[in-house]
Amino acid sequence: MNPAADGSHFSGGFGDPGRDAARAFRVIMTVLARPGEIGELGMVSAPAPLSPAQAGLILTLCDTGTPLHLAGPADCAPVRDWVRFHTGAPLAAAGDAEFAVGTWADLKPLDRYRIGTPDYPDRSVTLFAELPGLDATDAVLTGPGIRDSARLSLPDIALLQDNAMLFPLGIDIFFTCGTALAGLPRSTRIEAEG
Amino acid sequence: MSGYNFAYLDEDTKRMIRRAILKGLAVPGYQVPFASREMPMPYGWGTGGVQVSAAVLVPEDVMKVIDQGADDTTNAVSIRAFFQKTAQVAVTEATGEATLIQTRHRIPERPLTEDQILVYQVPIPEPLRFLEPRETETRKMHALAEYGLMHVKLYEDIARHGEIATSYAYPVKVADRYVMDPSPIPKFDNPKLESAAIQLFGAGREQRIYALPPWTPAVSLDFEDHPFEARKAPGCCGICGAEDSYLDEVILDDAGGRMFVCSDTDYCRSRVAAAEDAA
Amino acid sequence: MYVAVKGGERAINNAHAWLAEERRGDTGIAELSIEQIREQLALAVNRVMAEGSLYDPDLAALAIKQSRGDLIEAIFLIRAYRTTLPRFGASEPLDTGAMDCDRRISATFKDAPGGQILGPTFDYTHRLLDFKLAAEGGAPEAVSEPADPMDIPHIASFLGAEGLLQEEAKSDATPRDLTREPLSFPADRAVRLQALTRGDEGFLLGLGYSTQRGYARNHAFVGELRIGKVPVEMEIPELGFAIEIGEIDVTECETVNQFKGSKVEPPQFTRGYGLVFGQTERKAISMALVDRALRWEELGEENAGAAAQNVEFVLSHSDNIQATGFVEHIKLPHYVDFQAELELVRRLRREAEAAQQAAAPDATQPMVEEPAE
Repeated sequence: MNPAADGSHFSGGFGDPGRDAARAFRVIMTVLARPGEIGELGMVSAPAPLSPAQAGLILTLCDTGTPLHLAGPADCAPVRDWVRFHTGAPLAAAGDAEFAVGTWADLKPLDRYRIGTPDYPDRSVTLFAELPGLDATDAVLTGPGIRDSARLSLPDIALLQDNAMLFPLGIDIFFTCGTALAGLPRSTRIEAEG
Repeated sequence: MSGYNFAYLDEDTKRMIRRAILKGLAVPGYQVPFASREMPMPYGWGTGGVQVSAAVLVPEDVMKVIDQGADDTTNAVSIRAFFQKTAQVAVTEATGEATLIQTRHRIPERPLTEDQILVYQVPIPEPLRFLEPRETETRKMHALAEYGLMHVKLYEDIARHGEIATSYAYPVKVADRYVMDPSPIPKFDNPKLESAAIQLFGAGREQRIYALPPWTPAVSLDFEDHPFEARKAPGCCGICGAEDSYLDEVILDDAGGRMFVCSDTDYCRSRVAAAEDAA
Repeated sequence: MYVAVKGGERAINNAHAWLAEERRGDTGIAELSIEQIREQLALAVNRVMAEGSLYDPDLAALAIKQSRGDLIEAIFLIRAYRTTLPRFGASEPLDTGAMDCDRRISATFKDAPGGQILGPTFDYTHRLLDFKLAAEGGAPEAVSEPADPMDIPHIASFLGAEGLLQEEAKSDATPRDLTREPLSFPADRAVRLQALTRGDEGFLLGLGYSTQRGYARNHAFVGELRIGKVPVEMEIPELGFAIEIGEIDVTECETVNQFKGSKVEPPQFTRGYGLVFGQTERKAISMALVDRALRWEELGEENAGAAAQNVEFVLSHSDNIQATGFVEHIKLPHYVDFQAELELVRRLRREAEAAQQAAAPDATQPMVEEPAE
C-alpha cells in the first residue's frame, strides 16, 4: 500500500496550522452549539470522495489518539494515505471509532457505533456525514442551543429521533455538503416538518 | 513570545481540549474529563479557563478578562497579558466589544450576545463534591440522575436558617438532566446563565470541561415553598448609582465607614460615561 | 470620594522587579552558577527532576536558582516547561537489574550475591554541624577501586525462585499515560505508580509513615534499595531496533511484605515498589510503602479505612503542583463570594434578632452568639 505517487496525500492541509485550525474549530464549535445554523468550512481539501468540510473536520479534530472509521467509498487508498499523513489517526472499525466519516447513507446503520456509557456519556462517536444538500428547512429542531426553534434539512428523521431518545447517551453528528457544515448534537429534539 | 505555538498550547493539546468542548456542548452540564496540562500559571489561578480560551481563541478575537467582575484585578491583568503575548489578540475592557470573555466569579451585567463566548474559571466542577468527596460515587449519582443528596442538603439549610444558605456556586439543573456547578458566581448571577452566548467552563486542576449552549435551560434548584431568589446587598452603587448591579463592599475608614460599588467595573464606567454625555 | 483601585499591571511589574532583586540577594556575594547547584545541591536537583517528571539536571538546577530554592516552585517551573515539549516516542522499559549500582543494600539478608554496597549515604553520619564547611569544604576524595563487573541480581529474585514472593503479573501492554489522559478511577497499578513517583515527597513520607504506625500496617522490610545508573533505550522506527540514548540515575526500592495467603494462594510475601529519578531514597521507600498499602483490594486484605489504602484520596492529593496551587489560591480575590456570604449572614442575623425581639419585646440586648464549642 504505497502512498499516491503524485504526492496528493501531502496536499490539502492547513496553511498556518495554529491559526487556521483555530478558525476551523470556531466554525465547528459554533454549529454544534447552535443546531440549525449552517457554517462554512472550506479552507482545506482531501482526496475524493471527502468534501472540504469533512476534510476540515478531520484535520481539526483527529490525531493519533482518535480512532477514525472510513465508511464506504471513503475507505480508499488516497483517503487512507491522506489521513495517515496529516493526522496519524488510527483507522478503526465502526464500533471502535471516536470519529467516522462518509456519506450519511454509508455511515448507517447507527447501532454500530459507540454511544457512551451512563458513567461516561462522552465515550461516544461523532459522525462527519455528507449529504446531497443542506439548508435551514424541513425538520423542526428544539433544545439546547436553540432559542425557540430552528430548521434543518435532515435525512432519516425517525433514526435521528431514536438517537435523541438516548440522551444523555447517543451520537453527535456533523452534517456536511461541500463546504457547508451543520451540527446535530444528541441533545436536539427533532420533529418532522410541522 | 517566540518558540511557543499560537495561543501557547501545542496543537495536540488544543485538539484534545476542543474535542472535550464539543462533548460538553453536546451533553450540556456533563463534566467531560480532559488531560489538563500544567500551565505557566498555578492551578487555582484559572488554568482551566486559560486552556479553554487558548483552544477557542482565533486571531480575530477581541478578548476581555475579568476577575470579581473587574478588568483591573491583578490576575485578570496577568491572564490578559498572557493572551496578548501568546495569541496577539486585541483586548478590551468593554463588555460589548469583546468576542471572548474569560471570567472568574462573575457574569457581566450587560446581557451577552450571540456573537460572544464566555469562558469560566472553575475551581471545583463537581456540585456534589462537598456532599460526597468520592469521585467514583458522584459519577454514579450523575449517571443515575440521583440528586436526592443535594435536595436534602438544601432542605437542611431551610430547616436551620429558614432559607437556603448557599450564596454562591449555587447549583443549577441543566436541560432537565445534569446538576451543574455554575462556578463560584454569586447566586445573583444565576438567572444570567440562560444566555445568547456560548458558555464554557474549564477546571484545570480537576481536569474537567463542561458547557452551556445558548439558551440552554439552567434552573437554580429550589423548593415550591422556598423559591430561588437572586440576591445582592441592598442599596445602589456609590459611584454610578446603579440599583440593578451586583455590589462590592469597600471599607473606607476604621470608623466603620463603608460604601458599595459595582463589582462589574465596565458596567459602572459605562454608566458614568453615559451620565456625563447626557449632562 | 472613593476612587477604585487601579494599576494592577504596574503593581505586577513592580512586584516582579522586586522579586528579581531579592532572588539575587546581596550583589557583594558571588552569584550561584547552574553548575554549582547541579554539583553541590545534587539532592535538591534530584527531587526537582523526580517530581517535575523531567530528567535534566541542568534545567532542574536552573529552576532551583530561579525559584530562590523553593523546591515546589522549581518543580512547577519544570512541569510547565515539560508539558510544552514535543514527544518523540517512549523508551523501552528500564532494566534496573542491569544497574551500575552506587548503593545497594538489603535489610532482609545479611549478604547476597553482589554484596551490600553502602554508597554515598548519610545513614551513619553523626548529624553534627561541620563548621569546617562554613569556611571552605576543600575537595575531599574518597578511596576508589575499579568497579567489579559482577552483575548484581535483585534480592527479590532469590525469594521468587523459591516461590516465596508473589509473582507480579507481566504485561507488554502500553500503560495509560497520566500526563496525557485524565486521571480516572479505578486506577490500575501502572497509573498509581506514575502518580506516586511524581508525587510530593512529604505527602508520601507522611502516608508511608502512617502505614508503619498502624493505619493499614503491612509489615514492610526493605528487601532491596539500589541507586545507580541505568541505560535508557529507545526503539527507532527507522532502524527497527532499540538503541541506547543515554543513562540516568534512579533509586529503586522493593519492600517485602507479609501476606497470610488466601484460599487460592499459599502463604507468600508480597511487595511494594518504588522507582524514582535520581538519588531519592526517602521518596522511593515511602513510595513502596504506599504502593503496597494501595494494593489491599487486589491482595484480598481488609480495608482498614486508612488514608494510605484509599486510591482516590492518595492519587487526588499527591501532586504538589495541584495542591500548592489550590491551597494558595485562596489568597486571590474572593470578594464577590465573600460579599454574598456577608449579605446572607447579615440578613439571617437581622431575621433572628427580629424574631427574638418579637418573642421578648422588652429585651434590648443584641443577639448573643452561641459560645464556640
